[in-house]
Amino acid sequence: MKILVCIKQVPDTTDIKWTEHNTIQREGVESIINPFDVYALEFALNIKKQCNNVHIIAITMGPPQADEMLRKAIAIGCDDGILLSDKKFAGADTYATSKTISQAIKKFSPDFDLIICGQFAVDGDTAQTGPSIASKLDIPQVTYVKSIENCDEESITVKKESDYGIEILKIKFPALVCVLQQDNEPTRPLINGIIKAQKASIKTLNMSDIELNSDDVGIKGSPTYVSKAFRAPNKRSEKFICTNCNELFEKICQCGVLNNE
Amino acid sequence: MNKNIILIYAEITPDFYIHTVVFELIQKAIELSKSLENPSIELIMLTPQGLINGYKEGFENNGVDKVYVLENEKFRHYSTEYYSKTIIPIIEEIQPEIFLLGATNQGRDLAPRISSSLHTGLTADCIELQINEKGLLAATRPTFGGQLMATIICKNKPQMATVRPKVFKPLENIIKKETQYIYKEVNLSSINPQIELIDIIKKAQTTINDLDSSDIIVAGGKGMKSKEGFELLKDFANAIGGTVAASRGAVDIGIAPQEIQIGQTGKTVSPKLYIACGISGAIQHIVGMNNSDKIIAINSDSNAPIFENCDYGIVGDAFDIIPKLTNLLKQKKYKF
Repeated sequence: MKILVCIKQVPDTTDIKWTEHNTIQREGVESIINPFDVYALEFALNIKKQCNNVHIIAITMGPPQADEMLRKAIAIGCDDGILLSDKKFAGADTYATSKTISQAIKKFSPDFDLIICGQFAVDGDTAQTGPSIASKLDIPQVTYVKSIENCDEESITVKKESDYGIEILKIKFPALVCVLQQDNEPTRPLINGIIKAQKASIKTLNMSDIELNSDDVGIKGSPTYVSKAFRAPNKRSEKFICTNCNELFEKICQCGVLNNE
Repeated sequence: MNKNIILIYAEITPDFYIHTVVFELIQKAIELSKSLENPSIELIMLTPQGLINGYKEGFENNGVDKVYVLENEKFRHYSTEYYSKTIIPIIEEIQPEIFLLGATNQGRDLAPRISSSLHTGLTADCIELQINEKGLLAATRPTFGGQLMATIICKNKPQMATVRPKVFKPLENIIKKETQYIYKEVNLSSINPQIELIDIIKKAQTTINDLDSSDIIVAGGKGMKSKEGFELLKDFANAIGGTVAASRGAVDIGIAPQEIQIGQTGKTVSPKLYIACGISGAIQHIVGMNNSDKIIAINSDSNAPIFENCDYGIVGDAFDIIPKLTNLLKQKKYKF
């Protein structure tokens, strides 16, 4: 079984900088693997524990230093890494990003069984790239996946959390799932894994490798753009700090929501 | 002259109610339509056979011009495959300027599937929608855990956006319209479903749905230290008529379950009263509760950022303050 895990590097900082195009300045900012993509990796490793012959490839789009993140994924148990890196990819919205990633998958890994994405990225928090990739590859998707119920060579059965309850769904391959927080302890890299990661050759692909042109990718390939970015205003202008419980209790009563009033 | 159509996805709950977010979106669409020439507020709904008559009054009293009705028994449960493949050709046919969906689990599953197929952009979880001077949709959303707001413009049509429930208010007054109903033929025979629904386990009472509808939320953070700390919050919540929630900090140390987590990686709530107990107030938490009418902070650290984001606060030990408040509430109850 061939699994692709899409991972994204996100800034590990509260100090966000923007470029002159009002897109996010990523250079010179410390990066981590998006926490939900770590869950996606865990989900893939859980499948590997349950099934035979599982091959996991981590794939990302980002600057050359994203190579390091792919090596971390290999250190915990992924088999290979693919890095999509080109200056022209910069400033992509979720549409252009999913087009780039899905095109790379079509060119270099069309025989996949399952694609796993994190449900959200903690920077943009759009939850769009996964379903958009599924749409471009014309494969089914299941979002908000919590855990694996069962898995074999042709399908996976998962538990999905919806607004209204839990659904158990059986998905035939090929398919894409977006996963939520996983309950198991995060996998720690073993010494063998670290050695493997150091030696691994990461496949690095640019725009021409995946046969796209500059109108398809990055800012030019994005249907949306940021017209304005501004700091979130603080809505609570008249803060009042109480000195004792009775005073606080009076304030609560004045809110006018207590049932026994 | 062509109409400027604002289309809204009319999500139906498993009990076959129209989701409240739909009426909130209709209200916003009516507001936006005032800046558009020749506007039309239209809905698209997928439903099992025979239910549409029950919904008509709601549409006709809320200023809806037209409803596209797609009926099929397969629409009894949401399915990405059936729903997206039904909706996409209809949108191509009616060519709306704007297409809005609720940022529910269903909306966030469906919307990117549709926008990607239509080669257009999608702005998720908007907190404000406006028509700009060029007549385009300016969609504002929080990014980076709510630290920054970004206003996003879409170059292609339809301009798509999702909005979480309770961000906008539903219509207060009735706007009567003679709503037109367009019944579209549904043909699902070409779809070979790859996903099979094996089972549905409906949510128990004390979880997220309650947080959605609760007027009062009592939330605990890492400062509540233990499950016993959360018991104090439960007593307090019972006395005040509220629901217990938690911050990520409390979930991470295992003293509260993930399904009651508020914040960026949890739920967004907007109760009338939000009482944060032992929560430091990281920005990731604030974005999940900042739409509350009133926020009260109880924390022993006077420098905790929660005090920057509250209406009323008290510096002190929650283990001391919460039981006192619970007692005051009980006494008050007996006074009346």
